[in-house]
Amino acid sequence: METITSIKPLLAVLVSLLVTPMLVSSRNPNVREGWTFVAAIIKLAIVASMVPAILQGTEIVYTVAEVFPGVAIKFKVDAFGMLFALVSSSLWIVTTIYSIGYMRGLNEHSQTRYFCFFAIALSATVGVAFSANLFTLYLFYEMLSFATYPLVAHHQDREARSSGRKYLLYIVGASIGLVLPAMMICYNLTGTLEFSKQGIFTGTEPNATMLVLLLMLVLGFAKAGIMPFHSWLPAAMVAPTPVSALLHAVAVVKVGAFSVLRVLTGVFGIDLLARLNLGTVICYIAAFTVITASLIALSQDGLKRRLAFSTIGQLSYIVLGVALLSPKGMIGGMTHIAMHAFGKITLFFCAGAIFVATGKKNISEMVGIGRRMPITMVAFFIGSLSVIGLPPTGGFFSKWYLVQGTIQADQWPMLVVLLSSSLLNAAYFFPIVYKAFFCTPEEAMFENRIEEAPIWCVVPLVVTAAGSIALFFYPTLFLKLAELATR
Amino acid sequence: MSQQYPAILVIVPLLSAFAISIAGWVNKRLCFPIIVTALSVVVYASIGLLLTVLEKGVVIYHLGGWPPPVGIAYYVDHLNGLVLVVVASVALLNVIAAKKSIEQEFPDKAAPFYTLYILMVTGLLGIVVTGDAFNLYVLLEIAALTGYGLLAMGEERAQLSSLNYLYMGTIGACFYLLGVGYLYIVTGSLNMMDIARLLPPLYQSKAVLAAFIICMVGVWLKMAFFPLHSWLPNAYTHATSAASSLIAPLVTKVMVYVMIRLILTIFTPEFAFATMALNNVVVWLAVIAIVMGAILALAERNLKKMLTFIIVAEVGYMVGGAWLGNRAGMTGAILHIVNDALMTLCVFLVVGNIVYKVKGYAFEDLQGLFRKMPFTMGAFVVGAMSIIGVPPTCGFFSKWYLILGALQAGHYGFVAALIFSSLVSVVLFFRIFEICYYEPFSDHHGHDHPPEPMDEAPLLMVVPLLIVAVILILVGLYTGDIVNHIIKFAIPEGLV
Amino acid sequence: MSELIPTIIAKYNYWIYITLMMIGLYAMIAKNNLVKKIVGMNIFQTAIILYYVSIGVKKGATIPISTGGHGAAHEAVHAADYLNPLPHVLMLTAIVVGVATLGVALALCLRIYSRYNTLEEDEILAQIRKK
Repeated sequence: METITSIKPLLAVLVSLLVTPMLVSSRNPNVREGWTFVAAIIKLAIVASMVPAILQGTEIVYTVAEVFPGVAIKFKVDAFGMLFALVSSSLWIVTTIYSIGYMRGLNEHSQTRYFCFFAIALSATVGVAFSANLFTLYLFYEMLSFATYPLVAHHQDREARSSGRKYLLYIVGASIGLVLPAMMICYNLTGTLEFSKQGIFTGTEPNATMLVLLLMLVLGFAKAGIMPFHSWLPAAMVAPTPVSALLHAVAVVKVGAFSVLRVLTGVFGIDLLARLNLGTVICYIAAFTVITASLIALSQDGLKRRLAFSTIGQLSYIVLGVALLSPKGMIGGMTHIAMHAFGKITLFFCAGAIFVATGKKNISEMVGIGRRMPITMVAFFIGSLSVIGLPPTGGFFSKWYLVQGTIQADQWPMLVVLLSSSLLNAAYFFPIVYKAFFCTPEEAMFENRIEEAPIWCVVPLVVTAAGSIALFFYPTLFLKLAELATR
Repeated sequence: MSQQYPAILVIVPLLSAFAISIAGWVNKRLCFPIIVTALSVVVYASIGLLLTVLEKGVVIYHLGGWPPPVGIAYYVDHLNGLVLVVVASVALLNVIAAKKSIEQEFPDKAAPFYTLYILMVTGLLGIVVTGDAFNLYVLLEIAALTGYGLLAMGEERAQLSSLNYLYMGTIGACFYLLGVGYLYIVTGSLNMMDIARLLPPLYQSKAVLAAFIICMVGVWLKMAFFPLHSWLPNAYTHATSAASSLIAPLVTKVMVYVMIRLILTIFTPEFAFATMALNNVVVWLAVIAIVMGAILALAERNLKKMLTFIIVAEVGYMVGGAWLGNRAGMTGAILHIVNDALMTLCVFLVVGNIVYKVKGYAFEDLQGLFRKMPFTMGAFVVGAMSIIGVPPTCGFFSKWYLILGALQAGHYGFVAALIFSSLVSVVLFFRIFEICYYEPFSDHHGHDHPPEPMDEAPLLMVVPLLIVAVILILVGLYTGDIVNHIIKFAIPEGLV
Repeated sequence: MSELIPTIIAKYNYWIYITLMMIGLYAMIAKNNLVKKIVGMNIFQTAIILYYVSIGVKKGATIPISTGGHGAAHEAVHAADYLNPLPHVLMLTAIVVGVATLGVALALCLRIYSRYNTLEEDEILAQIRKK
């Protein structure tokens, strides 16, 4: 495969890091948000400028420094990384608009800190996407963990403190306790950590070692929310909603799923996993998570908590898709990163908009809200369709490929899991929408008067909802990237 | 000039000690410029020396022109070239950062403080630069005696803690002297290279064995290797900020250097690891040191004392790494001398800044510091990340080599101890961050309280601290170069 | 056993220094009074000094002063006739170090005494705990 050396990946990572001094030093909030926009747009532009080269099948590499023999801080942009970077950097712009509406709408404190750490988190996310080896990935993964801590704990009250603790305990505990030793063992065995299609192992290592390493790496990237390392995610919902939206529907959790996928495809390699029959192990863990998370989501009354459990389930779809080890399944898993991102961010935006406009957090208090906030609730409906996987939304494609993948891999139990989980998804989303619009006037908890959240909140959710629909009609870019990545 | 670097390293600070004490009589304000100038010269000479070593190889300097074995030889290779730069730069950065806190804590004793300070630096530099086993003892005592003085200048309990340190330190130094005596009996020489040349036929001798073990025990006492650590926490905690931020980063690290020098040069790895077959025992001792250090740190409710227990654990890292008996472990130990000196300096400077502003370092005193002292706390976060071992801060990279060495040696207990200590460090530091970040709790999302105004330490304290924080990251990013160009040559090729 | 006794007697200087060292160490660990600890420390140091001095000694040798003078006229030096001067010279330095340590230790004791009015360690610790 052809490779180009270019500094662009490094710039894409650094741009949001370098903007933080500007954010800190700007006295005026408008100037500050202006800088955020500038950085977000430059970032997207840099990422997008690399798309044509990637679509032609080339890879872009850049080595920053070699830190250990055979291990460098190195960036490599391939189709899969590009897919993820494109999703996260484009959604950053939308989220920034939304953040302005949300944070100002609620008159939140410490907004400068908030925007700074948001920018750093985005740097880390793109860094993960463009990592060429496990070490670089680990570096940015940890950076993301620590950069999102102040965001999760934004409110600085007792609840935020205990959630922050849980967040760190799971995420940092797992990454230092499991990923770091596993990474060291890999390096000690093979002398390299570079991602490659055929994996880094020779295949002569004992099976037990491989299984342990695989489990350590897959579970260690706890941001992927695979059970039993999932309970940080509902706890982290104390964060302001834009944080939940971008970080806990897109950046943080997808970084986890992305890392797991990289481990499966780049460290172990599909062939080795198939030969040792290790894919099935991951399949079953993911399938368990999918079903359990969906069942728990049914019982949640807090809207954001329900969304959080839904996210846990959907993340495991991604892992499941790749663990099927069939080409279609992998395409499904990878495109699901993009499709789910657009759908879920819409849902979170809606939850935030409802909170800003009405102060309501619980589903039971939202009967009849469709009359008051019709635009928001229509967007919510579209987002749910996408997450469930129904046309005309982008989510349909990823589900479609996933289902095909199970058939291709001859994994009928997984097909059952996917279909029943889709039913469960419908079961926990549609009642919300139904009760929002169709209720008797006596039941309605809101006056029949249209009063949406501030325009800064509404525009982004309309944009992402439209994006979900657009992805149904124009999914080519993401499908092409995923296809390139599986080739 | 450049041939005289090794002498400059010791002579300049020694003479400026006199100059400072005289200047103290004349005009106290002269002391600070003199010490900064002297230390700048030392930093310059040490960097020059390291570059010379990198370019031309080992530098041997005969003090006063007397060749060994009659005279004392200074012997600079890649190992001590690196440590010299660390010692000199830490001393310089710290003295600049300490000026304001000295003016606040004990303005009338500034001149004696600076005198002791630079004498201590002389001793430390001398320990590192010398190639003579007995000379090392003398310099060890110079550094120790000035250290007792510096530590005793602190708060109420400082004198007692310092006296306890004196007892233990003297025993340690005496043990070392005794070991050197045995070496002298069997070889008739005190020059390190000479001893190394004469020893191999004598490896089976009981006297050499005794010399090695006695020297090691002495050095372990001086570096506070668990369970010989009892003097360290109190002595460092009760000292003034200016003194503890010099002594905490350097003394234990220089003693680790002495241990590595004993293993690598005087006794050679073949003897230490192959003939003695003690590695496993010592590495397990290091495991206990790391685990106990971490647990004891967890029990503290006082920032400075907690940090001293972290030093105890870090000493375990270095001793364990050096005794793994392979190249990766030794690389990790040497790299950790550099990294730990820098990160300990970073966190102790932070304590200095906090004490300067808040007048305390118990956990309750730390409330709301992120808002009050954002730059100091920013540096603290970097230092903490380095101690936890988060890339790209330097602490991660030495930990990497240590873990790699442990894996290659098949010593999984040490791997587990390192991981455990990282996890405990996360708890330790985030416990503090939580206090600084959340407390005092506001009633409702912090809207009601007007935010406490920023009240940062003076620029002269913050700038060196930020420099150290940046160095922590830079050293991390350039680990590859440091290992490939310096540490690789510091370890004999026999060690694989 | 009968062989052991001559060995012990032949190396009596080692036994003396080890005994002294242990006495010193005992005092430093077991004694409660800070000054007694310092005395123990000094015994400990002196033991090592004695040890060094003793290893430089040879039976029937004289002090290492060359009597012949310089130039062509001087007699050949028979190294075997002289004591080894180096350990003794080293110990001059060690004694100086010991004195300096003693000075610092006593100075610290003075300060401690003026603050707590006692030199008994347990009483001092009790006072500290009371605060």
